[in-house]
Amino acid sequence: MSDPSATWSMALKRFGFGARGVAAPASGDPRAAIEAELAASGAGRLEEPGLMSSQQALVALYEYNARQNEARAKADALRGAMTAMPAPAVAAAMIAPGGEAKPAEKPPNPIEDIFAAEALARIKAAAAPAIGFTERLVAFWSNHFCISAAKGGAVRVLAGAFEREAIRPYALGKFADMLQAVERHPAMLHYLDNAQSVGPDSPAGRNGKRGLNENLAREIMELHTLGVGGGYVQADVTEFARALTGWSVVGPDGRLGPPGAFAFNANAHEGGARPLLGRSYEDQGFAQGRAMLDDLARSPATARHIAAKFARAFVADDPPPPLVARLADVFAKTDGDLGALARALVADDLAWSAPATKLRDPWEMCVAAIRALDLDPHPSGRIAHWLALLGMPLWSPAEPNGFPDVAAAWVSPAGIKARLEVAAVIGRFAKDAPAPVDLLERVAPDASSETREAVLHAESRAQSYALLIMAPEFQRR
Amino acid sequence: MANLRRLSRRDALGGSGAVFASAALPRWASAAGARDPRLVVMILRGALDGLAAVGPLGDPDYADLHRELALTRDGPHAALPLDGFFGLNPAMKSFARLYGDKQSLVVHAAATNYRERSHFDGQDVLESGIPGPGRIETGWLNRAVALLPAAERARPLAVGYTPPLVLRGPAPLLGWAPADLPPPDDGLVARLAKLYDHRDPELARALSAGLEAERMANADGKAALKPGGGASEQMRRVATGAARLMAAADGPRVAALAFDGWDTHVAEGGRLANLLGGLDAAFAAFESGLGDAWSQTVVIAVTEFGRTVHVNGDSGCDHGTGTVAFLAGGAVAGGRVVADWPGLKPANLHENRDLKPTTDLRAVIKGVLADHLGLSPAQLAQAVFPQTAAVAPMKGLIA
Repeated sequence: MSDPSATWSMALKRFGFGARGVAAPASGDPRAAIEAELAASGAGRLEEPGLMSSQQALVALYEYNARQNEARAKADALRGAMTAMPAPAVAAAMIAPGGEAKPAEKPPNPIEDIFAAEALARIKAAAAPAIGFTERLVAFWSNHFCISAAKGGAVRVLAGAFEREAIRPYALGKFADMLQAVERHPAMLHYLDNAQSVGPDSPAGRNGKRGLNENLAREIMELHTLGVGGGYVQADVTEFARALTGWSVVGPDGRLGPPGAFAFNANAHEGGARPLLGRSYEDQGFAQGRAMLDDLARSPATARHIAAKFARAFVADDPPPPLVARLADVFAKTDGDLGALARALVADDLAWSAPATKLRDPWEMCVAAIRALDLDPHPSGRIAHWLALLGMPLWSPAEPNGFPDVAAAWVSPAGIKARLEVAAVIGRFAKDAPAPVDLLERVAPDASSETREAVLHAESRAQSYALLIMAPEFQRR
Repeated sequence: MANLRRLSRRDALGGSGAVFASAALPRWASAAGARDPRLVVMILRGALDGLAAVGPLGDPDYADLHRELALTRDGPHAALPLDGFFGLNPAMKSFARLYGDKQSLVVHAAATNYRERSHFDGQDVLESGIPGPGRIETGWLNRAVALLPAAERARPLAVGYTPPLVLRGPAPLLGWAPADLPPPDDGLVARLAKLYDHRDPELARALSAGLEAERMANADGKAALKPGGGASEQMRRVATGAARLMAAADGPRVAALAFDGWDTHVAEGGRLANLLGGLDAAFAAFESGLGDAWSQTVVIAVTEFGRTVHVNGDSGCDHGTGTVAFLAGGAVAGGRVVADWPGLKPANLHENRDLKPTTDLRAVIKGVLADHLGLSPAQLAQAVFPQTAAVAPMKGLIA
């Protein structure tokens, strides 16, 4: 790592989103540059006028649902006179943002507009910085505490706000604070079904149809904190789930508070002291679950789980054990200070010396392509479409364990073929990109002679850019 | 069209969209019976081998020089007869039928003024209409449209994820692309496979397996696609969609499409036949899709330069100079090959390797713009093809 150009290459790939094709070449000490990015005021946060808070977004959804019900009632009255809308002739018509000329009988749907605006803000935030380590950290934590917009209206409309409200403010803060913010966020409460969880012996449980839902409690222990083998048993899951009953979201009626806000519904909360992992928690309503979360955040199992996952995501599918041990130590000694964890990773020589065997995930690939080729991120639906084709639909992993963080999962025949198809399309979009010869110097100074040959002797600029994006030096990190 | 019109103007103009469309297309303002010309420009990127597309069967040196890539008068893959001297690649049956109906013609031994052999620069010169290469942000077709009377300027159609340079410029565009991602062209696939083979065995294995799976999936479908069949099917699809848009009463009158994959350095024969079959299908798609409007249509296919007369060691050809241009449409004065044939003797070749260009491709394009769209020689020499006053528009291309 004595060669400064090689160090910069590694800094941009391992810790960032790759070089920007139209930016001045990087100079100075890359570690210092990463440090400076972490130290920037407001690092990690994303606040843009026009983006809705989760409460505003949920209210917009509630209002939309109400208007839709009204329209449906009217439509029922008119049934028979209406003919089906013609199917869109082209998919582009479906992904284009709109709103100008919707059919008059349907109320405007806020869900896709909100999602598209949030997607655009996220893409721009990742495309802008010189390196992008903070945005990589945001992506890591967002995937660690994933929700899925595919769950439906409420989660989809909240996906972007969830990341801005529960992940970003703590990406360089305390793990326990992030954990608390995530698990009480309406997006997570809907995604892992806790909003509907009712204590069997609570007032609501005794005269209602709903019961206990263990989904959130299980995933908090298995995925968010302790990890598989972290020392919990089924009884812990059940007790924790009981403690979390009542953590819910205020509905349109506003019965429990301002519509769209978090609600602690005492009526659905299972009362009583609860044991968890050998410790007893007295019943203080909402505070009981919060105390459990604080202790889970500080468990040594959590430190090991997070350290291993952190190193695996950034460095290698099988990260060097001494690196993992040092990261776990930092996590434990700093009471889960995620800024300290990030700095420890960058400071560790093992994090730099491991060979680039990982594959950029589709999000990193698309952002790196946008940065390299100076692509217009608007409309975000186009990039969301690429991400879906590449197997990483934005904020929509198939399972609560998030998108894979190992190369083996992404180096698949269908995956690589999809990358090639998307790269071919990206190449055609890259009308403002620098000439391939200049781009190679900026974006892939480490390119092999074979890669140079392929990029420089492509038969069109579009093909040249596609080959650059698909080159091992661009795909690997 | 109803769906197209729902999109906003911002989408139509906002950069590189696969996206399209206008809130309100002006209704085409010509009186019934008046001329209402349509023009489609297809850019074939990668340099088409004109000698394998349209063979000079009567040239005594042709068969020996172009060897296995040369067309023949007889045999299982005999050329489609044109005028006795030239024969057409057998993959282009629709074009041959149009030729018989005097609705298509070939221009041979043509090239722009560009004499180097870089694809990027050659395409810049071809599409910008500027005599030298460089990054120029507007194309000759856009500038030509901007000169049309306002009432006749219906928004030109750029087909593909990003408008071809030839159609970029001040005149606002309509854009369209097929719904799904097009399959990557064979050239890109082959280059990447080669790169991975040399540099990353793991990615090479994954790519190879992925492509194989795709082939099997296609073979299982209704219309089995041979390897590489994807690109030609894409041409047909794209042309079908563009024709549908142009056939509308208030649709665009001018369109530009770009097709990649013509850079046949290796194993040219089968690949080129496949590509030419796609191009042929594109002509046929415009003919059938435009319906009555076909009678007032010119579709022109051009490429940045040709390929070497000699065949290389990989049964392909390298970058050359002179090549062909194809014109088809009801408005074309067809049924002939326009060529001032230079011959293939060594002394007649350009730099002892390429078909010598004897026709300036820009004169052909100017001839179409003059007689089909009604632009004046002065307009053509100033705004459309600057610094080309000496290149006179070719006469007689339009019926």
